[in-house]
Amino acid sequence: MKALHGIALAGLCAALVYGCGSKPTLEDGKAGVEERTPTAASRPTPPVTTTQPDAGDVSSRPVPPATAGANPLKDPNNILSKRSVFFEYDSDAIKEEFRPLLQAHAKYLSDNRGAKMLIQGNADERGSREYNIALGQRRADATKRMLVLLGAQESQIESASLGEEKPRCEEKTDACYAQNRRGDLLYGGEY
Amino acid sequence: MNRAIAILTILAFALFARAANAQLSIEITGSGANQIPIAVLQFAGESALPASISDIVEADLQRSGRFRMLYAGGVNPAPTDASQVNFADWRSRLADAMLIGGVRRLADGRFEVQFRLFDVPKQAQLGGVAYTLNAAQLRLTGHKIADYVYEKLIGERGVFSTRIAYIVKQQGRFELKVADADGQNAQTVLASPEPILSPSWSPDGTRLAYVSFQAKRPVVYVQDLVGGRQIPVANFRGSNSAPSWSPDGRQLAVVLSREGGSQIFLMNADGSNVRRLMQSPGIDTEPNFAPDGQSIYFTSDRGGSPQIYRVATSGGEATRVTFQGDYNVTPRISPDGKTLTYVARNSGRFQLTAMDLESKQVQTLTDTQRDESPSFAPNSRMVLYATEVGGRGVLAAVSSDGRYRQRLSVQAADVREPAWGPFMGN
Repeated sequence: MKALHGIALAGLCAALVYGCGSKPTLEDGKAGVEERTPTAASRPTPPVTTTQPDAGDVSSRPVPPATAGANPLKDPNNILSKRSVFFEYDSDAIKEEFRPLLQAHAKYLSDNRGAKMLIQGNADERGSREYNIALGQRRADATKRMLVLLGAQESQIESASLGEEKPRCEEKTDACYAQNRRGDLLYGGEY
Repeated sequence: MNRAIAILTILAFALFARAANAQLSIEITGSGANQIPIAVLQFAGESALPASISDIVEADLQRSGRFRMLYAGGVNPAPTDASQVNFADWRSRLADAMLIGGVRRLADGRFEVQFRLFDVPKQAQLGGVAYTLNAAQLRLTGHKIADYVYEKLIGERGVFSTRIAYIVKQQGRFELKVADADGQNAQTVLASPEPILSPSWSPDGTRLAYVSFQAKRPVVYVQDLVGGRQIPVANFRGSNSAPSWSPDGRQLAVVLSREGGSQIFLMNADGSNVRRLMQSPGIDTEPNFAPDGQSIYFTSDRGGSPQIYRVATSGGEATRVTFQGDYNVTPRISPDGKTLTYVARNSGRFQLTAMDLESKQVQTLTDTQRDESPSFAPNSRMVLYATEVGGRGVLAAVSSDGRYRQRLSVQAADVREPAWGPFMGN
């Protein structure tokens, strides 16, 4: 009976943790996205650029816009700033809509032979974590194959998987799962 | 002092009796016929200890699902010898077994705990042991007494003094933890802002292999539990994952993408002598050594859908093992080699499933939706696994025959990836 008492208490604690913990989960999701800032297509210029003029150093004022414009990988108006390829359920087929994006990155890699890329494959959360690592790997490999086919050097690109461990979206909906079946393209210095 | 504790115990019993009964009906489904009725009495003098050792023993036996605990409060003074036990009274209360004991503080500050286990109908002592311990060894000693009782009465080794490993995700941080089998005494082995998964115990219980994303991609590490030293054993280009120890502790099976796709490789436990186990056109992952070390069970989609296969450790042709359904993953063989457990998808539900390897009979063990990561207790009797309740990861355990289930009381936000450790020492 004393044992049951313990179990009942533990259940209560679990319920409390659950109640308190639902907010941190959302924050987890945001944190996860921010961590991948370079990969997110919708992320604009880093906040550092806007704070710099406020620092009062007049001489440095013209520099930030020039820097932002000079790096096509960071320019939100450049297709190279778009870094994600999305997949259908249980599929590693590259959809036609992502061909221009991959063409642009393949050309960049071909023009910049010193550039290195890591492709991180991702899977939605359904099913085994390890099997999802394998599914994410297959998506990263398919993305890499396409880039090589389009002119990048094999040695420039590493493909790895994050499985279901780094979801961009944490709700249990089909729309969310579609966001998480994804390959992200990261250039050297971004990971 | 003793009387005060006895009164408190009675009060606690009265307060929780209602909730406890509700819990009981959920926890012990259909196994009532096989439960041994046992009375665990308060140990004489145990109030000298920081916690009640008889409570620890009682909770262990209760959790195993193999015993029916008889109310044993209010026996005062607590007996320490057969001559002080009223066997006829306990027989009339339908006790088959009874545990009594005593605690004595030694001159050097340590304690001596001794216990006696009785067969009540025969009025015979089944055994007894005395331990010398310090306060920090209290829980372990309780678990050892429960192991003794379990083995005497059930006829197989108890797992109460074993440990479990699992991952906790809380506020964006990941912690690999090791705790006693009852979830108590949790220690953090590794904390990281990056995901950790697939912990796997070395057969001697001194090391854990696991996958960490601390290098921004999956790398397999082996970590000493005593020194804490972390060694990357598989850190090749691409993904490195799914470590599994050979039963002799000398080798690891891992999944590497370094030669394209996800393929199974064998390596020495220090990461040397890496060799490919076989060539497959599809995904091969989740290797798990059979207890005889002669074969490896694994998940593969070579036939179009993920299924479980078996291959000799020396390589060669793989044989398909699962045939029902289109998603069967995460094979784990029981230490006695008789049962395969895995996760099957049934109409969108991921459920823990067991296959009797001799009869090939398949049984769904749970009624949950999102079961993952099964792990056998070292006595093959229970399977620990992760599932989801109310959107949160929890650990649960089910008996290998599916009749008894329990929720593991680990207090944490999101718990996953459990691995039950081996028997330790004698």
